[in-house]
Amino acid sequence: MSQPLPLKRQGEHHPDDGASPIKPSRLKIALSSEDSDKKNANKRLKDVEICVPIVYGTTAFYLGRKASESQSHKWTVYVRGASNEDLGAVIKRVVFQLHPSFNNPTRVVESPPFELSECGWGEFEIAITLHFHSDVCDKQLDLYHHLKLYPEEESGPQSTKKPVVVESYDEIVFPEPSEGFLARVQNHPAVVVPRLPAGLNLPSPVPIETGNGKERGDTKDHPLTQWFLNFSEADELLKLAAARQQVQAHIVKLRRQLSLVEGMPQLSKPPSTYES
Amino acid sequence: MDAKDILGLPKNSFPPQEKKSRPPKESQRKPDGISREVYALTGGLAPLMPAVDSSQLKRRPPPDEKVAWQWLGFTSSARKDNLHLYHWVRVVNGVPPTGDYSFAKYNKSVDITRYTDEEYEKYLTDPRWTKEETDQLFDLCEQFDLRFIVIADRFPSSRTLEELKDRYYSVSRALLIARNPSSVDIAAHPLVKEPYNISRDVERKRAMSLVLSQTRQQEQRDEEVLAEAKRITQSRIPAKVSQESEMAVAPNAGVEVTERTIPGDTVSPPPSNAQHPLIPVPPPLSTENASTLASLRILRVYLRTYALEQMLQAASSTAGLRTIKRVEQTLQDLGVNLKPRVPTKAVCAEHLELRKEILTLLNLQKQLQYKEAEGLPFREGSFTETPGTPKDRTFVPDSSFGVERTGKRDQKRKAPGRLSEAPSSPAQSKRPRKLKASDF
Repeated sequence: MSQPLPLKRQGEHHPDDGASPIKPSRLKIALSSEDSDKKNANKRLKDVEICVPIVYGTTAFYLGRKASESQSHKWTVYVRGASNEDLGAVIKRVVFQLHPSFNNPTRVVESPPFELSECGWGEFEIAITLHFHSDVCDKQLDLYHHLKLYPEEESGPQSTKKPVVVESYDEIVFPEPSEGFLARVQNHPAVVVPRLPAGLNLPSPVPIETGNGKERGDTKDHPLTQWFLNFSEADELLKLAAARQQVQAHIVKLRRQLSLVEGMPQLSKPPSTYES
Repeated sequence: MDAKDILGLPKNSFPPQEKKSRPPKESQRKPDGISREVYALTGGLAPLMPAVDSSQLKRRPPPDEKVAWQWLGFTSSARKDNLHLYHWVRVVNGVPPTGDYSFAKYNKSVDITRYTDEEYEKYLTDPRWTKEETDQLFDLCEQFDLRFIVIADRFPSSRTLEELKDRYYSVSRALLIARNPSSVDIAAHPLVKEPYNISRDVERKRAMSLVLSQTRQQEQRDEEVLAEAKRITQSRIPAKVSQESEMAVAPNAGVEVTERTIPGDTVSPPPSNAQHPLIPVPPPLSTENASTLASLRILRVYLRTYALEQMLQAASSTAGLRTIKRVEQTLQDLGVNLKPRVPTKAVCAEHLELRKEILTLLNLQKQLQYKEAEGLPFREGSFTETPGTPKDRTFVPDSSFGVERTGKRDQKRKAPGRLSEAPSSPAQSKRPRKLKASDF
């Protein structure tokens, strides 16, 4: 039994279809004919790596009074942009594979926001398959997430207000993107494109067909936004840098000690070596 | 024979058995004349061609021969200048040996066909070569037996080696054909059948020098490409295997599969963290990073966490399980997540570097431990536990090699396990401790 998807804000058209405005300074529009554009669009760029940071996970609410034996929690599984941007430019559809005890356990979500809500009582592993647009990648990518309904601490009755949220951060990497794809998402907020090599002639971008042109695909104003976790790379970088410093200092100390031990003659004064 | 008596076996049965077993063993007996050890050097089997006629070795000169040695003069047919030299000659019964100087037969030279001036005019002219040059070339070829490197060096005007070869071989070929116009025999002559192709030769040498002078970077790129190809072929095989079998796919793998896999029992949490078997683990090479990158590039799309795991596996492929555990323990002590919580490109790179540095640290600690252990037996404390014999002390003034050996012996006498330093003071204890935050 599936609930309708959470309400979306209608009306405000979010201009997030593929054709983002091209800054003339960054891109020389190819003056050649459409045909050569099509040929170029499929050409792959070897030294450019496109990265799409995503967050995927589940949010589960205890139903409280409305709970029954078989339906104690209402949960939502989703894949969102790490900064809540619309992923529709990259991902065509997402398939959520649920536990076989659900009706039609294979749920396909054709448009962003890529999420699915259900009611249930059990925790299980959800297989999430990302299918990309044809000019992005013809291979699919699999993610796995364990649905968590019950909080860590058993502190009394569960709250119906605060959900159990488990999210994972990851980045989809396209090591050799096609020129067409690159042209399309160059300035897209959900996509991280490195500095392009100078003189790169990209073909003019071809917008992809989006099913729901009207509805917004980002999750910036999503009902669950308040529960989304924060993933800041700055914290982690700081910790790593500090740890590296410590290790490096220790290495220097050890190297010094090692050279001392090696330089010390074994025979002449053995006792004094270890008395200091 | 006594054994047979003891065992009570009949003595008569022995000789017929001996005869039967002898023929098959004949080939395995070593030939006489050379000692057993020398024969064993050949591998214990007789060579196909007897290298040494062993019957000759123990032969004595026939008694009716009278041998004397004389200092006689000789000439060699290999020389053209009538030089008379002298050497010792073995004279038998007053008769000196006849025949040419024995080494003259080694004076071989190459057959260079020379042309007459007529022939040159008729067949051999070439706009790029003067007759004079061609003559010089042929003189040098004859003088130096077609050693083109030397010829090229000696050639008065500057011509490349390939040009010289080209000229020589085309002249010889033209000459051959001109002198035997109708003969079918020369069609099989190598000069005619496979003429010297100067452009191909130049190209070949250029390619060779390119390959030999490849920089390390280019070598790495080549290996990457080869690794890619290998991975493509390898991934095709398990792809077929996975089509038939149903597997419970591991959770952490972000690897794409070509067909849908049916999840197994999904109510319980996923048990293992094993990688999906579809993509093989990259082999631990010195270019492990390159081949990891290459294998990632083939995937067309992958997750950052997957890439990090691959790189980690490649980096710690040489380390044992215990080392890896120690690295992880160190990471935990430093307050770093074993798997980064926010695996961006920068974070993953830092994480990888940190792990490598920790590996270095652990190696250094181990080295230090070993170095200290070498000097350990001379500590006062150790003598109380295992009283050193006077023999140990006499080794001290000897070379350090003796010292090390004593050290090892002492270690064995101590209790098994790590070197015990129970009575030692804290300052003396150099046992590597686990890193704690308070250490720094």
